[in-house]
Amino acid sequence: MSAGTIRGFLLGDAQAARVVPPSGFTANLTLFASGAMAFLAVFALALSLASGRLADRWASELARSATLRINAPLDQRTAQTNAALTILRQTPGIASARALSAEEQAALLAPWFGADLPVDTLPVPQLIEVVEDEIGYDPAGLRLRLSAEVPGAILDDHSRWRKPLVDAATSLRRLALVSVLLIAGAMAAMITLAANAALAANRQVIEVLRLVGARDRYIAQAFVRRFTLRALIGAGVGMVAGVLGVALLPAASDEGGFLTGLGFQGTTWLLPLVIPPLGALVAFLATWYAARRRLGELS
Amino acid sequence: MINLDSVGYSYGGGDLLTDISLRLAPGSFHFLTGPSGSGKTTLLKLCYGALMPTRGQVSLFDADLRKLDRDQMALMRRRIGVVHQDCRFLDHLPLSDNIALPLTVSGRDRALEAENLSELMQWVGLSARADALPPELSGGERQRAALARAVIMSPDVIIADEPTGNVDWEMSQRLLTLLIELNRMGKAVLVASHDLALIRAAKSQVQARVLRISNRHLQLAGADL
Repeated sequence: MSAGTIRGFLLGDAQAARVVPPSGFTANLTLFASGAMAFLAVFALALSLASGRLADRWASELARSATLRINAPLDQRTAQTNAALTILRQTPGIASARALSAEEQAALLAPWFGADLPVDTLPVPQLIEVVEDEIGYDPAGLRLRLSAEVPGAILDDHSRWRKPLVDAATSLRRLALVSVLLIAGAMAAMITLAANAALAANRQVIEVLRLVGARDRYIAQAFVRRFTLRALIGAGVGMVAGVLGVALLPAASDEGGFLTGLGFQGTTWLLPLVIPPLGALVAFLATWYAARRRLGELS
Repeated sequence: MINLDSVGYSYGGGDLLTDISLRLAPGSFHFLTGPSGSGKTTLLKLCYGALMPTRGQVSLFDADLRKLDRDQMALMRRRIGVVHQDCRFLDHLPLSDNIALPLTVSGRDRALEAENLSELMQWVGLSARADALPPELSGGERQRAALARAVIMSPDVIIADEPTGNVDWEMSQRLLTLLIELNRMGKAVLVASHDLALIRAAKSQVQARVLRISNRHLQLAGADL
């Protein structure tokens, strides 16, 4: 495909575009297929972005915090807590360490035991919130020191359950991106079939064009241009419908969790705009391939 | 311009044409006769590269037909005007666009050629039918339109397959006159026809060679023609 071909295609040739009969079921098929695929692509893109955001948030929030649990008899708990806080403040890589108040611990347990839980009367371990700095600390070294100086301390750096969550969100993002690729592939397959059908139905047109000296590139271009423009229009309509569908989803909220966060945020609302040109590009390549192949067979 | 050298063509396991040699020189006029099924259309198709010979060599404007790719073949076709027996057109385009189709596909500016197109349509007597769609045309109008389309690029060679097959005597005389006028402009003309009266009429106006396909071979027709 030369630069001249692409330039000719983009600039257009009103007469050339007219040599292909205007109607036929392939026109509607191309419009529908590209519209439906663009609609699905918007949702796959929204899912990909949402799961990406989720993975990033979980990774950053959880990676920078840890919890130290002090399981000690009541008479030793304060001493061990203070000893642990001293160690934590001396440990390089830790930005801050803070013992949770009784009210904060009660609030954490409230979903399970109710708001009126008397934490003081129960053997609830003391929790210390640890926030690391940009460099980060050495969890293995900290555990060794704590085991020697604060026997009841257990460090939970969240890695046990953080990793599967982040992995899941990352996999979801990957699946969504694969879906976008599959959608593009399915669209290419459908448009190739439609283009083949159009070329077969217009065999006589091709014969007449060849008789009067049309090059294969000219004939292919007439079909490619028609299919690409149809795909562009169909994908544009599908994209608008998809964006409206995403916009009508419930707004993101903590209560709703992941599902209500499915959508676009900020400048990512502009991302669906790339779907129609991409759909047109897929149609261009699919029709070009189909036309060259078919014309080769007809020679 | 077009040379066939010991050309043979086989189809379906049998020989259709054998040892055909023919030279279409500038300003020459040839008629090709023979019974139905003798291979007239096949020979014409060999002359404009729509078929590849199974033996021998076909040269179009000094280029070996076998060595031409599809793009080069398209460029050759622009130098050969072809009138098919069944006169195929693009049915969704008006007649003027169909006649101008060779200009369109070769990228020539239609606006610059508008005057030529108008003159040509007048020459073939179709000015009033410029906006008609091909299915609305009569047999004679289709033949004249096909001839106009074949000559609009001012080709070096005109090949016509039974151009008067579907028209009455008066119309066939008009078509013949058009072909003779083109020949007088220096074009090589090859016409396949089984209309002996037409051939006799032509021979009285132009120096034409009459060839006959007989038993798969090409030979000069008898003195009666």
